[in-house]
Amino acid sequence: MSSAAVVIIAIPTLAAALAAATLRNLMHATLSFAVALVGVAALFFLLGAEFVGLVLVFVYIGAVAVLIVFTILLTRRDVGKNRGANWGGAFLAVAVFGGLTWAIFKTQSVAVVAPYVRAITVKRIGEALMTSYVWPLQCVGLLLTAALIGALVLVMEEKR
Amino acid sequence: MTPTLQLFLFVSVALFSAGLLAALSRRHAIFILIGIEMMLAAANLNFIAFWRFSPQSQAVTGVLIAIFSIAIAAAEAAVGLALVIAVYRHYRTTNVDRLDQLKG
Repeated sequence: MSSAAVVIIAIPTLAAALAAATLRNLMHATLSFAVALVGVAALFFLLGAEFVGLVLVFVYIGAVAVLIVFTILLTRRDVGKNRGANWGGAFLAVAVFGGLTWAIFKTQSVAVVAPYVRAITVKRIGEALMTSYVWPLQCVGLLLTAALIGALVLVMEEKR
Repeated sequence: MTPTLQLFLFVSVALFSAGLLAALSRRHAIFILIGIEMMLAAANLNFIAFWRFSPQSQAVTGVLIAIFSIAIAAAEAAVGLALVIAVYRHYRTTNVDRLDQLKG
């Protein structure tokens, strides 16, 4: 892991994230969002969390980005009438960025180097999920089922 | 040169601010959802970075909380987009400024 690799991955990631936040065309913004998430997954790989990086690619780019594209196509007739940005929100975002950046570079206790770690294998993650984390796992399964049913009920045609 | 935790936290803050910019300054409901998803991705990056740089990084807790967080974010995105479609069907618009009445 070297700083140059992190910077090389971070620059296109942040450029894509900024493009996703500012582009006028909704479809272009969604594609930039997907590129930014690929960059985040690459940072996860660099940090030694390969499994989380793969999960991020599968879930966000495979499911969430495609779902957003479908929603854009379903609500297409409205696109183009949403001109104008809220400058108060933009100012707040810049203020949050400045404040947090100042706090990060001011705090000495986060200027640490990563210790050596044994690679996290999928076997270890699976063992943890099936033993000490089996209860949270079941709760997430229940939550996903509820979300699926809730989403279906929300978009069902209303009976007149 | 090995990177410090500060570099990853800075990337995470920049990603979070881009998400906040999208969520606060846009009027389109799908843009707001994209912004929220970017903020969640920044939070996940923080989880993984703090796990990797902590003295107890042998434990798998940091990885597991990131996985659970991604699963919950996916559920949130599905329900959020369903809400956008339901609102569009009712009001024929996705501009959040024009959704200003509680009566349907």
